[in-house]
Amino acid sequence: MKPQLRSLLGIEQLTTAQIESILALARRMDPSRPSQLLRGKRVALLFYESSTRTRTSFEFAAKTLGATTTLVTPVSSSIEKGESLIDTGWTVANLGADAIVMRHANSGAAYLLARYVRVPIVNAGDGMHQHPSQALLDALTITNHKKRLQGLRVVIVGDVYHSRVARSNAQLLSRFGADIVFCGAPDFVPEISASLAPGVAACHDLNAALQGADVVMALRVQKERLAGKDISVEDYIANYQVTPQRMKLAKPDAILMHPGPVIRGMELTSEVADGPQSCIHEQVRNGVKTRMAILAMLLGAAR
Amino acid sequence: MKDMDSLLIVRGRVVDPASGIDQEMDVLLRDGRVAAVAAPGELRGQAQRSFNAKGCIVAPGFIDLHVHLREPGQAHKETIATGTAAAAAGGFTSVCAMPNTVPINDSAEITRWMQAPERGALVNVFPVAAATVGSQGEKLTDFAALKKAGAIAVTDDGKPILSDRLMHDALHAAAKLNIPVVQHAEDTRMTADCSMNLGATSFRLGLHGMSNAAEANIVERDIALAGATRGHVHVAHLSTREALEAVRRGKKAGIHVTAEVTPHHFTLVDENVGDFNTHYKMNPPLRSLADRAALIEGIADGTIDAIATDHAPHAFHEKQVEFERAAFGITGLETALAIAVTVLHQHFGLPLWRVVELLSANPARIFGLARRGSLAPGSHADATIFDPKKKWTFDASQSKSKSRNTPYDGWSFTGKAVATIVDGKVVYGG
Repeated sequence: MKPQLRSLLGIEQLTTAQIESILALARRMDPSRPSQLLRGKRVALLFYESSTRTRTSFEFAAKTLGATTTLVTPVSSSIEKGESLIDTGWTVANLGADAIVMRHANSGAAYLLARYVRVPIVNAGDGMHQHPSQALLDALTITNHKKRLQGLRVVIVGDVYHSRVARSNAQLLSRFGADIVFCGAPDFVPEISASLAPGVAACHDLNAALQGADVVMALRVQKERLAGKDISVEDYIANYQVTPQRMKLAKPDAILMHPGPVIRGMELTSEVADGPQSCIHEQVRNGVKTRMAILAMLLGAAR
Repeated sequence: MKDMDSLLIVRGRVVDPASGIDQEMDVLLRDGRVAAVAAPGELRGQAQRSFNAKGCIVAPGFIDLHVHLREPGQAHKETIATGTAAAAAGGFTSVCAMPNTVPINDSAEITRWMQAPERGALVNVFPVAAATVGSQGEKLTDFAALKKAGAIAVTDDGKPILSDRLMHDALHAAAKLNIPVVQHAEDTRMTADCSMNLGATSFRLGLHGMSNAAEANIVERDIALAGATRGHVHVAHLSTREALEAVRRGKKAGIHVTAEVTPHHFTLVDENVGDFNTHYKMNPPLRSLADRAALIEGIADGTIDAIATDHAPHAFHEKQVEFERAAFGITGLETALAIAVTVLHQHFGLPLWRVVELLSANPARIFGLARRGSLAPGSHADATIFDPKKKWTFDASQSKSKSRNTPYDGWSFTGKAVATIVDGKVVYGG
């Protein structure tokens, strides 16, 4: 018997077997074929932060499986009136939600909710901490192109410090024996970031990092986050933008990924984002499949 | 001659570092003072009542240099009555109350109000008043008037004095009155949005971390200013190895600098935050193993002068929120002695008389509490009787404090206060 997954809070809490079974289930999911697997189930989408793809893909995933969804946001709800996260969670659960998918600006918010609310919680991004469904869909995307994760050289370039995507991805890929290189300006890739998981290295030279890379994952870099840092926007672009020339440093069959939203001209150029190595659109498609698998599993319909 | 208001403590082991005593003796308390300390049996018949302290340490009453009693203004967290009841249960006979109340204690009126009998304090309360008006860091308060009203030190605890000029002037003014300036050493310009220590754990949890430098820079600066003004700076809840090293150098250079450390900083580390447990969120934050090891060393070699709890009660709803939004601080009065005995004495082999010194003689000296921190005849009749071998388990639900924000609920310790005596009266145990 495999241990049942109650909530999806972060990669660390998952066993390797659980990750593998979510990925196996995701491969079998077909968003173009609606099913009644979760008929009668209610999924609350509790979004304290704005989101396009994550929210929409969870919503499509739930509806494709026959569940109903409702969106709760701080604007025009009691959250605006100062209701605590725990009280909001209790309310949503008592209204009949069978699962809560939450996006929140504070790291650890999903843990807090899961500690007090007795329905499955899906962490759809908490502060700078975790974004587990993104890491799972990224693993699905990588395994569509590479035979195995073990031994892959994965370069994650950009604002790693602020990135929950980077943390979740590095922890997941490390679990399967990949080598992960965090690359970026020192403020974005502090030395301590290498302590996150076995096989993670920190590097400030993108040209060196890209040598022999199997996967290049670019992260969003917000210009405002460069304010007051040691590096100017021009220097950042000159040193860390993923360009067609730089992609040539990676292996010829390397793939290019980005969790979105893409800021074209900042972390990468349009030639790269829309180029032959780009898997950005595939990532978005895999997002729906992966989230279908997550909801099916947590709501107990995937045994 | 028998006196109505007298108490003879017999058969205990008297540990009084200020008098250089560590042996079995009897202690006679009379009319609020220590009347005599003598060989067992010598004082027989001289008191109305006696207390059998067999198997226990009889120590000068413990003094906590750093507590938040929350009154006036935040009685939902703690009151002077409940906070001092917790102090008594933990073996403390005196507590020094921080000024970050509502309103801030920056006046003689509030300072006197806190000491009024109506507050129902079970132990001595010594207010530490604000160093600047409203702790706004702009204009110094009237130190002389505050001292006259009973304040024994000044600080802007929680809102450190960042301006060099102001800190210079505060040390200068305090020196004239022979009182210390207590500094919560944190360069808040470097710690915006931070909720824990900077390190592998903060990176893993996606939390902004406070660097050691944010503490050490201020301590370095304050020591330099104390040297220049011949003032006395007392470093509150010192937590980093760099700040400790600065204090060590300052002391060697003959500068008047003293430092306290909390039980949690010499016991816990940042990794204990685990998965966002807000009972491990305090400021300064729990630091690294290397910092913790340095603090233990600093305690052993005398760089650290005192153990202080930074008792910081908060209501449930202030802790049961997102980690970054949760209030900083934990309660500590009822667990400090047990942690000191268990961690410092049992685990690290610090002699018991040093534990007693860190809790009594040294704090009294640092804050200039005359005739306290010692059992020498003529001292105030404040004594702590504790069993250094008693094993017990802390149950937070039974705490005398109004709040329950402690990481130690359910922890087992060795060492417990058996009786707490204030002004000759048993206020706890017995």
